Amino acid sequence: MIAYTDKVRQIARRLLEDCSVEMVIGFRKGSQPMMNEPCFIKKAEDADQLVWDGNCGINLANYLTGRKEKIAVFAKGCDSRNIVTHIVENKVQRDRLVIIGVPCTGMIDKRLVASQTEGEIEAVSETGDKVVVKLKDGGSTEFDRRQVLQGNCALCVHRNPVIYDELVADLVEEQTDVDHWADIREIEAMDVEKRRRFFEDLLAPCIRCYACRNACPLCYCPTCFVDESRPQWLGKGQDQIDVHTFHFLRAFHCAGRCTDCGACQRACPVGINMRLLTKKLEKDCFELYQWEAGMALDQRPALDTYKPDDPEGFIK
Amino acid sequence: MKVINIDQKKWTKGIDTLGSSYKLIGPVAEKDFHTFEILQQGQLPDMSFTNTRLSPKEVVFPQSEDMFVYSLDQNDEDCNILKEAPKDYSPRVVLGIRPCDARAMRLVKLNFDTEQYKDPYWLRLYEATTFVGLACDQPCATCFCTSTGCGPYHEEGLDILLAKDGDGFKAKVLTDKGRQLAEASGWTDTADDGGAFENARRAAEAGITSKVATDRLRQMDTLELYGADFWEDVSFACINCGTCTYLCPTCWCFDIQDEVHGKKGKRMRNWDSCMFPIFTVHTTGHNPRGTKLHRVRQRFMHKLKYFVDKYDQGIMCVGCGRCVQQCPVNIDIRRVCDLMNSYGSENACAAQG
Repeated sequence: MIAYTDKVRQIARRLLEDCSVEMVIGFRKGSQPMMNEPCFIKKAEDADQLVWDGNCGINLANYLTGRKEKIAVFAKGCDSRNIVTHIVENKVQRDRLVIIGVPCTGMIDKRLVASQTEGEIEAVSETGDKVVVKLKDGGSTEFDRRQVLQGNCALCVHRNPVIYDELVADLVEEQTDVDHWADIREIEAMDVEKRRRFFEDLLAPCIRCYACRNACPLCYCPTCFVDESRPQWLGKGQDQIDVHTFHFLRAFHCAGRCTDCGACQRACPVGINMRLLTKKLEKDCFELYQWEAGMALDQRPALDTYKPDDPEGFIK
Repeated sequence: MKVINIDQKKWTKGIDTLGSSYKLIGPVAEKDFHTFEILQQGQLPDMSFTNTRLSPKEVVFPQSEDMFVYSLDQNDEDCNILKEAPKDYSPRVVLGIRPCDARAMRLVKLNFDTEQYKDPYWLRLYEATTFVGLACDQPCATCFCTSTGCGPYHEEGLDILLAKDGDGFKAKVLTDKGRQLAEASGWTDTADDGGAFENARRAAEAGITSKVATDRLRQMDTLELYGADFWEDVSFACINCGTCTYLCPTCWCFDIQDEVHGKKGKRMRNWDSCMFPIFTVHTTGHNPRGTKLHRVRQRFMHKLKYFVDKYDQGIMCVGCGRCVQQCPVNIDIRRVCDLMNSYGSENACAAQG
């Protein structure tokens, strides 16, 4: 995907030069290995700041709301599905957006690379199917790109954007041989007590920084329920029940809307895989309503519609 | 220079002895990181760590801390009376705190211990604590402590400074508190090190290659910096999470909350973050820092300008690099510091990178 960079710059430059948009939202090279920084450019001559590689995991749909400009945005498969969700939920207007689709082959999991590497990482580069890690002590390690993808990317079946005005490259082949729900089935199979302990361990490191919520394009409530004071729904300390309530309720709020873009897990400074919560609801929506979020503009979300023959086996 | 030699045997024995008179806190290895935790009997701190993911500020400034407890039961004779929450202020020692994190305690003290106000909770915990530092011989690429008035062998805020020496340590005792601890642990084997400690310090300082310039910040006009044209660019990526402030050893903000369960209540304080919109929201609903540009600017202006002006002790940052490593969107304080420091000078373009 590193080869996309030239095309990304070319498209951004053209759109700004011919005044198709007022700003372009993309990524610039980060100061840290395996990190890029979401950025905007408003001048064609700044287009060369933009980059594209396996470190563009932050979901850019999160940067589109509440803006007045006409915007061009680079969108991976998941980003594009969140843009569709934004449009369906009236958060952005389709005619104020130029969507530049980025067929994606998955984003690199920086924690996974770091945990499989001995010593401090100085730089990480990509060449085709390889990820090359250069160490501070001069050594280097090489990974097969597929072995170090973010968990959600490894199981992604919508790598190509579902909505776009133009593409930076030809569409990529979608993965068909993945078992998308294996981790969720494992949790479903636990008895109640085991599952409770599992969630306790999962969420124990949480420091309530809300990086997961804030990195999520779905979490755009003007005041999140955790921040409400009249009434105050939950305590602000490190009480386990408060921490759990935050995570569980947030996940429920994303039911039928989550695209498993992985921004929450990627953003978490303490490495919690809170995707396990949203994925369960993603699975339920798929199994009960054959619903996948953000696939088309003309479909109402699963929890936004009613049909007399909706399954109701879960209501007891 | 006279230093105390602590070989591995003496280290283990000393820690064991200290356990009877101090609560021991030290770095412990988790899956992919280290964290400061209370050590159990017989447990040794893992001194092979680089740095912990969270700073040890929690030792004296817990994320959630009860201040008062009260009863709402009318039958209770103490009904509606705030009583100080029971706390443990017995002597404790932090083993292996890095010099940057120890200096951070001193910067925080400027705020919690003033002529006018003294924060009793923070101060009592601080005073109950002995800080045994561990010098950094292998800094990270994100370490820039030498630019912040600190360094890998910096002694400020420490009672004892340890430096690795083979399997054991060389120690420099810096305060009375440190002397007491050294005696209690039996680390008393003093010898002349022939300058080895100093040489190691110089080598470690030379190993810090990441630098920021802060020399112009104090003379800079506050309003000009506040109105600088780079804030939109700097703040764009920010998602307004609390990661940077919660990991930061110098961030001290807290929020006070009452929590009632049945007839029992407590008044507690919890870490707060200037990155959160509700940090400043008024009861009217008005928010004077209503956009993320306001909030991001506040954080950097506080650390790199207001604090500098108010205390004249340099910047409110010790260069530990945690926020640089952990920011989900890679906002890098070093870049912002350079932008601020060079604002209005010819070098402004150079800092843009």
